[in-house]
Amino acid sequence: MAYTPQLLELMKKVEETRPSRVGVNFPRMSQEERRDVLEKFHPDYIEDGFRKIKVGVDKGTRLPTEMADVFESWSRLRDVDLDLNAPPDYDVDVLIIGGGGAGASAALDAHAAGADVLIATKLRFGDANTMMAQGGIQAADKENDTPAIHYLDVMGGGRLENVPELARALVMDAPLVIKWLEDMGTMFDKKEDGTMITIHGGGTSRKRMHAARDYTGAEIMRTLRDEVINKGLTVIEFSPAVEVILDNEGRAAGAVLYNLETEQYQIARAKTVIIATGGSGRLHYRGFPTSNHYGATADGLVMGYRAGAKTIYADSIQYHPTGGAYPPQLLGLLVTEKTRGLGATPLNINGEQFVYHLETRDVESSAIIRECAERGLGVPLPTGITAVWLDSPLIELTHGEGTVERQLPAMMRQFQRFDVDIRKVPMLIYPTLHYQNGGLLIDENGHSSVENLYVAGEAAGGIHGTNRLMGNSLLDIIVFGRRAGRDAAAKSKDMPVPEKLNLDHLASYHRELEETGAADDRIGPILLPHYTHR
Amino acid sequence: MNDKIAMVDIFLMGKRYTVPETLTIIDAMEYAGYQLVRGCGCRAGFCGACATVYRMAGDYELKVGLACQTKVEDGMYLAQIPFFPGRKANFNLEDIKPSTAHFTQLYPEVYRCLGCSSCSKVCPQDIDVMQYIAYIQRGDFEKAADISFDCLMCGLCVSRCPANIVHYNAALTARRLYGRYIAKPDPFLVERAKAIEEGKLDAEIDELVAADDEKLQELYNTREIEK
Repeated sequence: MAYTPQLLELMKKVEETRPSRVGVNFPRMSQEERRDVLEKFHPDYIEDGFRKIKVGVDKGTRLPTEMADVFESWSRLRDVDLDLNAPPDYDVDVLIIGGGGAGASAALDAHAAGADVLIATKLRFGDANTMMAQGGIQAADKENDTPAIHYLDVMGGGRLENVPELARALVMDAPLVIKWLEDMGTMFDKKEDGTMITIHGGGTSRKRMHAARDYTGAEIMRTLRDEVINKGLTVIEFSPAVEVILDNEGRAAGAVLYNLETEQYQIARAKTVIIATGGSGRLHYRGFPTSNHYGATADGLVMGYRAGAKTIYADSIQYHPTGGAYPPQLLGLLVTEKTRGLGATPLNINGEQFVYHLETRDVESSAIIRECAERGLGVPLPTGITAVWLDSPLIELTHGEGTVERQLPAMMRQFQRFDVDIRKVPMLIYPTLHYQNGGLLIDENGHSSVENLYVAGEAAGGIHGTNRLMGNSLLDIIVFGRRAGRDAAAKSKDMPVPEKLNLDHLASYHRELEETGAADDRIGPILLPHYTHR
Repeated sequence: MNDKIAMVDIFLMGKRYTVPETLTIIDAMEYAGYQLVRGCGCRAGFCGACATVYRMAGDYELKVGLACQTKVEDGMYLAQIPFFPGRKANFNLEDIKPSTAHFTQLYPEVYRCLGCSSCSKVCPQDIDVMQYIAYIQRGDFEKAADISFDCLMCGLCVSRCPANIVHYNAALTARRLYGRYIAKPDPFLVERAKAIEEGKLDAEIDELVAADDEKLQELYNTREIEK
């Protein structure tokens, strides 16, 4: 058992109160209560974590300090001599930067539309937050549900700040995406007769969360990846793009790739470019641990922004309410929302529930932070931080023995590896940095504010307003990956081979940095987080 | 509260480093000064990037684990296997069926399994790999899909197989065959997709897209929530 004697002593409170909590629903907050807890405790509202960016197309916009740092940085190509108009190393219709779920979806649909496609990715193909998404994917494909009802949940959850056309595209494509994935052999959880098994997620008004056990993202990613390889599409691994190349009319026309292993630069010329580089959790805003993949360092945001792409809600960050807090090896690790979907509830040091277990993520996280910070009712851990309990044993008391193993095999295994049996003992959790709600602004075809430059997946913004609901991210990467892939393929048919490739936008960006002194000696995108010698 | 953390000696590719005992192998490598490029992925046990082989000082037995999911121990000798050149058979899912005849063409080596169980012993997910290979041989793709489901495709099974089977790719093909042909399609999903494509659900949503914030907020606050 990984818990210390002190923790085991505290755990008795949870066991004492458990019988009285079975089957009892804690009341949901009113809208006023929600607003209050958000404004006082959500990190997005804590002003000293932000600053206004001094350079670029959104000059004066508020960004998290750590994101502003990577935006206000010198290009890696500042002192590099490249002949952009020599015969390029790669020459394609559609260049996709990033090999996660959005990139793979874009590649498949661009290829299906007849385009010549190249995927360049920083790590391995499939190394992405997609792979780690556990809980599910939303789609209104039940008789009591419609895309319109889904739309209302998306907009309400996003505080009505979503771009309506993007939210519309998200929910209308959702059933089509599930069918597309199913036709490729993705194994969703189903009943014998083929009916999808769906449950609630935070902020949903219908049970529309589809899952593949708790490996939903992994199951989707490995299927997409397999299909991309089956189609014979070119994928270059360990070769992140470091800058977008423009043509003489300021349109995206390719990217400079950097081979992480040989440390050489290569030129990929393309008629259209899709940024699908994912999120930025590895920037560790406000020092939070993160549930994100090693590669989530905002590369695409930095490149796209320098090329002139506008951002939206880049200062809106999602803290997942249930990150692992103890044992220390699990710090920041995602405890899937499905755990609460199945009935596990957060509890304070007295074994009392203090918030409804399926509030939207922003509200749930803020309530947990409040319980620890203001009320002082968190559980003190030997590592010096505080946490709250997540009463996972409630799951089998409600749904019967075997539920955890069947529905949460990944979760069970991860905790078991460090000697915690979540069927028997409650977990210790605290919010973890999980998702970038905003990003580069797109339209409903994934097109950014720079011509021929598309953005899909977590790097894109506007779809979820300032708070995304569970299960809408796996959905969004595929919806907008496919839309961007199709539109980029169509666009490239009408485009001549780009001419006069240049990086002039870097020169003017650098001039602004010099004038403002904003960059110090920082270089971006950072590509890899630096954890050495901590 | 926080006692001094004990340190242990580990050997990264034979070279000794002293690291805190609470760290995972990944964290320990970084603590030792490595800037990881390969051999590091999701850091949460989902991606299979960090397959690691290790042995304890004085012991002959080789052990395996995911570097992000395994705590360091004193006297651990380790090396990562960040890549393994396993073969993948390409196929068009619409041209094959869940049949032994088709599978033999894609992965003939599966039928040469020696039954040594090295794959099952080495799996960091504790999957009975040899058993799912046996199910594939028998043409039971449903069972093969079910018990191979938690596979992370880390490649450790392949590294130990004397018959050169690429288990994880064979399993993925089995699962795709199951998902495509054996699991029944959701009847209502097909209907819903058709309705959307025909534009039958446009009017309802366009009304909401056109609604002002006040109206939307009211609809949101008063929406019915399924029990």
